Amino acid sequence: MPSLANPTRFLDLVGRIVPWLALATAALFGVGLYLALYVAPPDYQQGETVRIMFIHVPAAWLAMFGYTLIAIASLGTLIWRHPLADVAAKTAVPIGATFTFIALVTGSLWGKPMWGTYWVWDARLTSVLVLFLLYLGLMALWQAIDEPGRAGRAAAILALVGAINVPIIKFSVDWWNTLHQPASVFRAGGSTIDPSLLTPLFVMAVAFTLLFVLLHLLAMRAEILRRRVRAMQQSQVEHATVAGA
Amino acid sequence: MLNLGPHAVFIVAAYAVTFIAVAALMLFIIADDRHQRRLLAELERKGIRRRSAAAPATAPKQAARKRRA
Repeated sequence: MPSLANPTRFLDLVGRIVPWLALATAALFGVGLYLALYVAPPDYQQGETVRIMFIHVPAAWLAMFGYTLIAIASLGTLIWRHPLADVAAKTAVPIGATFTFIALVTGSLWGKPMWGTYWVWDARLTSVLVLFLLYLGLMALWQAIDEPGRAGRAAAILALVGAINVPIIKFSVDWWNTLHQPASVFRAGGSTIDPSLLTPLFVMAVAFTLLFVLLHLLAMRAEILRRRVRAMQQSQVEHATVAGA
Repeated sequence: MLNLGPHAVFIVAAYAVTFIAVAALMLFIIADDRHQRRLLAELERKGIRRRSAAAPATAPKQAARKRRA
């Protein structure tokens, strides 16, 4: 782990991992989509609309995973001052926001035929909407402050305050009466989903997770390079100023 | 061809939105990565170095000079 604190070593590692990760992600999506669209049977209650589950559920998991990652990275920024922590936190924001957006839209599209409405203000849906707004707030904060160090510390505080929303999302279906169904995969007593639907869901979840990791590594590389470019441009300006004086 | 039943439009829309959102995110990240690499290569071509990158290259020379002195 200490060697990964060095951005140059991290970039080398990313360069080596990315091609293999991209291949594994593409292969898993191929298998996952085949299982989800051709092999999985229609649900006895929901019919064919259950196929939305194979994208909605992984997107919702990753929406929460992304925010948890940002919260841990924020601790890294504020407490340990790890050189890659705020890079990791900043670059996870748009990825997490995209998966939250996907979870919200696919959930609405699943809700209309099953519940008769695209949206209800129940605890689960509302807390996920709050998560999306937190992601947008973090993006706005990063854009508003030019200096990456200051932006990183301010965003880390906001991210840690917002982290309280993650357990609220998870347990909202237990704490309040919601139209959204309770947990059916990770629950005490085991999953209530039939293996014929659970297997494609698991494969799609792993594929989406690998996609998240792949995009995050690429985004982190771009951010490290952006900071190098910025440092070099500043050095160029300083050099020109000294030469001119 | 898949028979998605009476709610096919919702299923297709869900997959289409997911595909478009993920594709847009991927294109944005890959384009940003390439743009930063191009900028970095341009600056390096002009002979501009980061202070931290320049330090290890000059340090051994300075050490050798000290040893000779």
